[in-house]
Amino acid sequence: MAGEVPNLEASKLTALVVDDNFVNQSVHHKLLDRLGIKNDVVSNGQEAVDVHCSGRNYDLILMDMDMPIMNGIQATRRLREMGIESKIAGVTTRAEEEEVKEFMEAGLNDFQEKPLTISKLVSILHNLEFYVQT
Amino acid sequence: MDTLVAQLQRQFRDYTISLYHQGFLDDQFTELKKLQDECSPDFVAEVVSLFFEDCEKLIGNMARALDQTGNVDFSLVGSSVHQLKGSSSSVGAKRVKGLCVTFKECCDSQNFEGCVRCLQQVDIEYKSLKAKLQDLFNLEQQIVQAGGRIPQVDI
Repeated sequence: MAGEVPNLEASKLTALVVDDNFVNQSVHHKLLDRLGIKNDVVSNGQEAVDVHCSGRNYDLILMDMDMPIMNGIQATRRLREMGIESKIAGVTTRAEEEEVKEFMEAGLNDFQEKPLTISKLVSILHNLEFYVQT
Repeated sequence: MDTLVAQLQRQFRDYTISLYHQGFLDDQFTELKKLQDECSPDFVAEVVSLFFEDCEKLIGNMARALDQTGNVDFSLVGSSVHQLKGSSSSVGAKRVKGLCVTFKECCDSQNFEGCVRCLQQVDIEYKSLKAKLQDLFNLEQQIVQAGGRIPQVDI
């Protein structure tokens, strides 16, 4: 089982988890840890913007859609307006075509339906060219 | 004659399989188990504990919103249901997630009686799952205390 999970520690990738739900925060944080990706966690889009304003930068952002104060669509737009070029993957339980389209158009590089699993996260990393599956 | 460890391991295996077959758990619970390792040996128990705290908080929010007789804010109830659907989905709590789908439909159609029924069912269901998972974790502890390894169960 351990052999199936790639270890990306050597690539020194960093990630930001943006989700208002503690359960999802915990699971997504652990998923990234398991793949050897150091990551921080924030609870809404405003905090994601604030952390970038403070000078932090990440290779990958996992962005939830529905969050209080500033949602994922607003936060993605704001980060792109700020010139943040990190790869942003939208992760949400909402999968209606119109909703996904609006989220993608806000500036996402990829999209995955929750719940996240190891293989869905590996798929995101592969799509965003952080990892080549052999 | 079976050793105590073998008996406990068989009980654990059978109980785990029954939780999946009876629809209490789905594949996402298996995914959580994959994340548990020597560095975080209690990861699954910690995450499900967070989930049950979330259940309590969100069900409380829904109950308070539904208690505003004649002035129920169904979008507020729906928002809590959406949250609960998300976290139940993340831990593999299949029945709770399924109830949330029905509950959301009742919120969207502003069906008060439907909402009240769903709230009662969700409350019963999460408490039932909590008790069953506690039994499962207790079995794990007993196996370890008896000197055995927790078996990998293929569903």
